[in-house]
Amino acid sequence: MDSLGVVIAFYVLSAITIVSAASIFLLRNLVHAIVLLVVVFLGMAGLFLTLSADFIAVAQILIYAGAISVLFVFAVMLTPLASRDNGNSLYAGPGLLLGGAIAAIVVVTAFDVEWNQLTGVALEQRSFTDTIEVIGNQLLGPHVLAFEVASVLLLFALLGAIVLVTDPNNEDGAAAEEEAGKDTAVGGSE
Amino acid sequence: MTVDLAHYLAVSGIIFGIGVAIALSKRNVVAVLMGIELMLNASNLAFLAFSRFSGAFQDGTEPLAGHTFVVFVLTVAAAEAAVALAMAVLIYRRRETVDLDRISVLRW
Repeated sequence: MDSLGVVIAFYVLSAITIVSAASIFLLRNLVHAIVLLVVVFLGMAGLFLTLSADFIAVAQILIYAGAISVLFVFAVMLTPLASRDNGNSLYAGPGLLLGGAIAAIVVVTAFDVEWNQLTGVALEQRSFTDTIEVIGNQLLGPHVLAFEVASVLLLFALLGAIVLVTDPNNEDGAAAEEEAGKDTAVGGSE
Repeated sequence: MTVDLAHYLAVSGIIFGIGVAIALSKRNVVAVLMGIELMLNASNLAFLAFSRFSGAFQDGTEPLAGHTFVVFVLTVAAAEAAVALAMAVLIYRRRETVDLDRISVLRW
């Protein structure tokens, strides 16, 4: 990882990611915080690219920046009467202290430990051109059981989300639609 | 000037710390979930950094195991976000708020 482009990309992307993540803590508007969360996810995808993880970077953009951020926006929009501010609770002090302590410990440890890591020529030889084929073989080879469990987990998450948000008093589709219309009307008049 | 494992681990640790701070100190459920997503993302970065730099495995014995693990983390994170946000909407329907300070039914 000696090439100048990778070094510059690493520092620029790290700065973007860390500043955006810190801004999520500082911003007062929840919707602005979600936009910055997307910036963090995109910066992370760039960092993954500098680690030669092309498939994971694209999956990160698709799943995190595309889908999960939309879920967050939905969650904010579906709670129109709740407060939109991004305020702190009573635990802000201890939370900041603990987060800062964890970050400091990890940073100090990371630079202090003599990692068993590849450098120079050995690292260049580690370079791979195609990660997707290897990941696919891993998923359907040695880790096939975990792969199947993950699919079951996704199915249950899907069913669970649907069951949770379905209003039991309001099974009829038309009535639910009317209710939704009323909700948006209330939200609009707010 | 080179970038090696320690740099990536430092960035990962900082993001994780920010995620912990957000998850512990925000009042809104959605903001807390954002902190949790940040923590998961930081762990992904650490996994990928180790997968790229670590000399613990000979080439070919454990090809891209870190990448495979990250795929599972992505899956679990997506499922967790969907269910947790559905629960937030459910709580809002019952109590008209998503502030954790005011969701205190189970408090002693």
